[in-house]
Amino acid sequence: MKIGVYVCHCGGNISEVVDIKQLTSFAEKQSDVAIVRDNAHMCSDVGRNLVLEDIKKHNLDRIVVAACSPQFHGKTFMDIVKKAGLSPYLFEMANIREQCSWPHFDEPELATRKAKDLVNVGIAKVKLDESLERKSMPIGKRVLVVGAGIAGIQAALDLGDAGFEVFLVEKKPTIGGKMAQLSRTFPTEDCAACILSPKMADVPSNPNITLFTNSEVEKVSGFIGNFEVTINKKPRYVNDNCVSCGICEEKCPVKLPNEFEQGLTTRRAIYVPFEFAVPYKYVIDEPNCIYFQKGKCGNCKKVCPHDAVDFEQKPEKIEIKVDTIIVASGYDIFDASEKKVYGFGTNENVITSLEMERMIVHEAEGRPTRKIGNRIAFIQCVGSRDEQIGNEYCSRICCMYATKLSQLLKRTDPKRDVYVFYTDLRAYGKGFEEYYKRAARTGVKFIRGRVAELIEDPETKKVTVKVEDTLARQIIESEFDLVVLSVGMQPGEGTGKIAEVLRMTRSPGGFLQEAHPKFKPVDTLNDGVFICGCAQGPKDIPDTVAQASAAAARAIRLMNKGEYEVEPITAVVDEDLCSGCATCVSVCPYDAVKTEVKDDKRVAKVNEFLCQGCGSCSAACPSGASQQHWFMSSQLKAMVGAALGEEEE
Amino acid sequence: MIKKIEISPENEKFLKKVNELSGQVITLCEQCGTCSGGCPLVTEMDITPSQMMRIVQLGQKEVLDYKAIWVCASCFTCTVRCPRQIDVSKVAEALRQIILRQAVDHIDIKAIPKEEIACLPQIALVSACRKFTG
Repeated sequence: MKIGVYVCHCGGNISEVVDIKQLTSFAEKQSDVAIVRDNAHMCSDVGRNLVLEDIKKHNLDRIVVAACSPQFHGKTFMDIVKKAGLSPYLFEMANIREQCSWPHFDEPELATRKAKDLVNVGIAKVKLDESLERKSMPIGKRVLVVGAGIAGIQAALDLGDAGFEVFLVEKKPTIGGKMAQLSRTFPTEDCAACILSPKMADVPSNPNITLFTNSEVEKVSGFIGNFEVTINKKPRYVNDNCVSCGICEEKCPVKLPNEFEQGLTTRRAIYVPFEFAVPYKYVIDEPNCIYFQKGKCGNCKKVCPHDAVDFEQKPEKIEIKVDTIIVASGYDIFDASEKKVYGFGTNENVITSLEMERMIVHEAEGRPTRKIGNRIAFIQCVGSRDEQIGNEYCSRICCMYATKLSQLLKRTDPKRDVYVFYTDLRAYGKGFEEYYKRAARTGVKFIRGRVAELIEDPETKKVTVKVEDTLARQIIESEFDLVVLSVGMQPGEGTGKIAEVLRMTRSPGGFLQEAHPKFKPVDTLNDGVFICGCAQGPKDIPDTVAQASAAAARAIRLMNKGEYEVEPITAVVDEDLCSGCATCVSVCPYDAVKTEVKDDKRVAKVNEFLCQGCGSCSAACPSGASQQHWFMSSQLKAMVGAALGEEEE
Repeated sequence: MIKKIEISPENEKFLKKVNELSGQVITLCEQCGTCSGGCPLVTEMDITPSQMMRIVQLGQKEVLDYKAIWVCASCFTCTVRCPRQIDVSKVAEALRQIILRQAVDHIDIKAIPKEEIACLPQIALVSACRKFTG
């Protein structure tokens, strides 16, 4: 056996902490190690060629690279090992960056010792590695897109246009998401409805997209290339005969706050969510409909000239099969009533920015919903950058939408006094700084200081803002007609649900976790599942659209070839040891293990295409019969031994 | 008159000392001003609480000369509101301690007239001793 060990400096990331010389001379002393080299960047062309040439020249048959995480560059080196003619699984990566130099930057000596241990562990494992080969599996061209806000719409349209079969699922009765509610979009001030509605209209007219509104993804089983999805389609109680004439609505006696208008106007129990809704069909709000609650009324059914109202509709379970999944489940706005010092919900003149979006739309259309007043204050970072309410992250959009709303207010009526109280003004995007400057030119006043509390005058209902101007170092106590809370984003309820259904990892803020923050920003740790839009983290519309197209492209990359490579890291059963107890069958999340009778003995059998190599069966097997390729018990024991053993110095 | 300040390693020592005494990481302060805006005594102070934080961040010992650190009533409004969960009250307490530990009392108990002591609530007297004397 001839092992090659390669130590990476990672351009100082590793070498500034770990003593590379000590590490290489340690590696040289280990048995079966034929060659040890180090390089500033092992992942570079030079570094890779080093490995390639050494394997050929020195007949190396096992490789250990001590560098970053295998998730980051494992594939890079496996490809090189394969290129040199060896099985890519005769390779091991010792993670001396994420697991060593980064966390232990302040303890270089101990870090060096740990690096030696990690390299030793890698050598111990690689000695016992088997030659495995990747297998190819067929994959189709069907995609499930979860959520039909601008992210889901963009991904679905890209996929549909590229000839892939898309199933777009939206829990609301219409597609469009939050963007449909916005007035204009920063920094160009395009009207949100004008740029969104054509895209929304493209969805039902695309022959490759099947749209399910009022529907939720209830269950997903299987794996990439073979996902089985159960969609729960809630009844609309209005069938396809509906021509949206609106006669039913006129006769409906129920009045409810209109959620699309943030409660600024009312709607009926039978309604169309908004004027450019897709599909533009009526829907009955079951929990608030008199017919469903009391068994009476039925006015809508009586007056409908097209016999479109159908109280007998039942929820449907729709089963579909897809090859990949894109999650675009979006966000919820921060519930401002959680921030008690601002009195949202009790002070009538304290509103959210989303309410202001709708107020501006109505004002522009000449049918104002409520008085805006002459003195308006925006409070930034409500629900963002605030550990007191548990959200550490910046929501990224609030600075710019406040800049937008404030200057729209000011331009509509220059007499208005508009103030923006901010913590830091982050105008980081293309054209944002210029837009911020334009707001200042319009006469919006930006004051640096986070508002400490709001006090409502019990009689006039005007609101006093208490804040320090942190630049002038003075305390401001000033009265306003209207205070707008610039609420941040938080992971939507739907995002939580779909994360559970798909068993997805979530980031500390609760958003969905990407496979790698830089190089796999729309992939997830679940093969064949992609994420985009605000489900992944707070972002604005341009970033959302770019990310949605990226997710579509990544999904196409997997499906377009018609086959994809599966990892050979699967479970394997030692039939002599197996007692046929079927514990593995019950723990397998992928239904990959079955028992069968072989030579009069019941034994477990693994379907290696279904097996995802999660290791559950190996851990659960009471007799040690179930093992996992590349992580055999013998290897794990050798690794633990190497980690705990004395240094061979 | 605008004063020039110096930023030197010497300043770092003072910052470290306040960090240690208060148990807070003072450089975490993002200067948002939440503490000052909600402080019930801020109008009695010569510098605002957030200004106090800033001066300590820059390691300026002159922070000890301001009245504000004594005006602070330790009501903890700033502490419960700080979006970065810094205990600002503890920072003010640390600054008072730096002076008090040099055996320099902020008040002279003996100088308080007997009649006044007689009518003061006991708890106020004890608190004053705790806060203003070493």
